Amino acid sequence: MEGNLNLTLKIWRQKNANEAGKFETYQVSGISEDMSFLEMIDVLNNRLIEEGDDPVAFDHDCREGICGMCSMYINGSPHGPNKGVTTCQLHMRSFSNGETITIEPWRAGAFPVIKDLVVNRSSFDRIIAAGGFVSVNTGNAQDANNIPIPKEDADEAFAAAACIGCGACVAACKNASAMLFTSAKVSQLALLPQGQVERAKRAQAMVAQMDEEGFGACTNTGACEAECPKGISIENIARMNREYFSAVFAAK
Amino acid sequence: MSWLTKSLGSSLGKKLLMSLTGLFLISFLLVHCTLNALVFLQDGGETFNKAAEFMATNPVIRTMEIVLFLGLIVHMVDGLRLHFENKSKRPVAYAVINGKNSTWYSRSMGLLGTLLLLFLVMHLSHFWFNARIAGTIPEQMTMFEKMKEVFVSPIPVIVYVIGCGSLAYHLMHGFQSAFQTIGWNHPKYMPTIKCIGNIYAIVVSLVFAAMPIAFHLNLIK
Repeated sequence: MEGNLNLTLKIWRQKNANEAGKFETYQVSGISEDMSFLEMIDVLNNRLIEEGDDPVAFDHDCREGICGMCSMYINGSPHGPNKGVTTCQLHMRSFSNGETITIEPWRAGAFPVIKDLVVNRSSFDRIIAAGGFVSVNTGNAQDANNIPIPKEDADEAFAAAACIGCGACVAACKNASAMLFTSAKVSQLALLPQGQVERAKRAQAMVAQMDEEGFGACTNTGACEAECPKGISIENIARMNREYFSAVFAAK
Repeated sequence: MSWLTKSLGSSLGKKLLMSLTGLFLISFLLVHCTLNALVFLQDGGETFNKAAEFMATNPVIRTMEIVLFLGLIVHMVDGLRLHFENKSKRPVAYAVINGKNSTWYSRSMGLLGTLLLLFLVMHLSHFWFNARIAGTIPEQMTMFEKMKEVFVSPIPVIVYVIGCGSLAYHLMHGFQSAFQTIGWNHPKYMPTIKCIGNIYAIVVSLVFAAMPIAFHLNLIK
């Protein structure tokens, strides 16, 4: 799979959370246009290992755009220049021969760097956990027609549930705000009958946890929506605001 | 009441305060702009002076003036607080930033607001402070004549035009952003809100900017 791209990579290298990091420059050559961005890093890492150097640490898992693990900030954009794709689905044909590519980790106080391009996103897990449980009946599944759901609501809930929790919204936001993520998680349940029982409690608890984790507030710039690989809409943020304020003001 | 301070102190609560005070200031600007546009009637400022006199003496308006200052102070303090808090959420800055994912003015609300504040200091010291507090505007001098006097020098004209430019961009983002924050983002209405917001921002700023320029060029009789 010999290719024709010769690239200069400026990659953020950081030993661990406590040590200061810096950019290192690497040359890679013969990169195929059909490679994914992560495969290109694999090529570099194979060479680094052969040369006895420390390979570049980066997160990845499914490599098909659904797990939300890959998280590179490429040339100033989370998941690189293309719309609606994660880093693993970004292909090298999106770059030109001789280009210099700058690769940084997600930068946010709430996402501390573990090593190189790997950041700790467990703050997202704690926001989800703060949402708590959903009350459903146990036993056999009831007939689907027992709970009629308008198609529009189902579609909207599903669109919100498409969030893979990668953190690109936080990375793109000038305030490192997690509003798009949290609002998607609030919305996917608020829109469905199954989510009604804990609805008010959930919105308040998740917002409180989001603040606790040290994410910023929202300036409504829309950068999160533009960079989200799953196209999550900022209409969800408006919905979360409605959920939160109505919960706060109506609570006894 | 602790629930209220706690909720308004959350990230969403601080935004709600920005949004509500912002919408209040937008409603004030519409009144201010409409009344001041009376100078363009070319009647020697007669109608405008009557309106200015009404605004200066009516007790309801004078009470609203206090509410207006309170709203302005909340908007400023909350805005500065949000700006610095938000900045601290990314301790290590990016080396490269792609600015194409959002408009520059939506990312610069703090800067635009600060420019507006600096303009406001000059603006208030020209008119409001002299008329209401210091009483340094002579009895026989009308607000129309005061405007004429202020805009003889080019420096206030330049500062006012820069102030209006900042206002236009601040409002282009702020207007629609206020609706988004209070949760009024609906696919049917949001395009209209954005459109009205842009028209409002541009028209109000142009009308305001036209005043110092027209006075300076002696176009207003």
